[in-house]
Amino acid sequence: MNQWKNFSKGLIKENAVFALFLGLCPTLGVTTSAINGLAMGLATTFVLAMSNLVVSLVKNVIPDKVRIPAFIVIIASFVTVVELVMKGYVPALFDALGLFIPLIVVNCVVLGRAEAFASKNTVWSSIVDGLGMGIGFTLSLTVLGAVRELLGSGAFFGMKLISGDALLLFILPPGAFLALGYLLVLVNMLKEKTA
Amino acid sequence: MSMLATLFVVTLVAAALMGSVYALTKEPIRLAELKKKNEAIQVVVPGFDNEPSTEVRRLFIDGDSIFLYTARKGDEVLGTAVETFTNEGFSGEIKLMVGFALDGTIIDIAVVKHAETPGLGDKMVKGKSDFSVQFMGKDPNNFKLAVKKDRGDVDAITASTITSRAYCDAVKRAHRAWTEAQ
Repeated sequence: MNQWKNFSKGLIKENAVFALFLGLCPTLGVTTSAINGLAMGLATTFVLAMSNLVVSLVKNVIPDKVRIPAFIVIIASFVTVVELVMKGYVPALFDALGLFIPLIVVNCVVLGRAEAFASKNTVWSSIVDGLGMGIGFTLSLTVLGAVRELLGSGAFFGMKLISGDALLLFILPPGAFLALGYLLVLVNMLKEKTA
Repeated sequence: MSMLATLFVVTLVAAALMGSVYALTKEPIRLAELKKKNEAIQVVVPGFDNEPSTEVRRLFIDGDSIFLYTARKGDEVLGTAVETFTNEGFSGEIKLMVGFALDGTIIDIAVVKHAETPGLGDKMVKGKSDFSVQFMGKDPNNFKLAVKKDRGDVDAITASTITSRAYCDAVKRAHRAWTEAQ
């Protein structure tokens, strides 16, 4: 398998958020600022790559009937590792993401890749797939976060560009749906043009 | 049988991994939390030279505990930092550190923990807006800790009345604890 193709499919063509519409809970929930989106994306990327690695290693010894609980245990373990490490070494980030870190466990992207890819492919391909998917996820979360932050608080990665309030709606939950909707329009338009 | 055995092995390995990561990160997590607490105390009762986090008193109010830290410089008591909470926030619990001078006036307030909306409720954090400044130097006995909408003396954050109310609630609770402790 062409590893570059395997890696890059997660970025645009099979992007978790913009093409597969997976993992929308953290996507809509944490993207109130670009840095939150980036951090959430990176945490998910780590979990994705590690769980893909382990799942593809053990795929032949796990009976089919219990594969889902086994995968979930593997994923949950890595999520807990991320949570504890974040709490200890970057507490500020942990405070910002809080509840959404444990929720990575139920992110369909992670279980989806374990089930659809890592349980059928080699270890190396699975790691590459996990990284590609994770970075694609990070990309979309960061873009969505940046758009919402720009419109909603008039800032970019925490740097205030305008004084006073901006379009507050965009940092509130409805703004997440609006911003994601318009971003999807944009992504689809670009895709049509290149196709 | 093999299903049982596989799941058992998987969970056993996972538990061992969790245990070791927990042991490894236990100390850094404790230190990070302590550092955060000390920084908050430093903001609300500046100038101490003791270690207030070792001089703790604990009071039970409204079903949770409130911690009081005494700040000293030499033998002189500078004031008390009160770690208070509220469950009235827009997104759950808010923890504040409120510094009281000896006469009961508020020196300053720092936000220890919150999950309020960025750009709206999080304006209660010092430096993000002037909201917290209005409490400085006020005595809660003659400064009514409620937003003006509720006939209090506090200017609420625009579009974040719930957060402002919760903030007042937490400060009020801190003052109650401080009064009880005298």
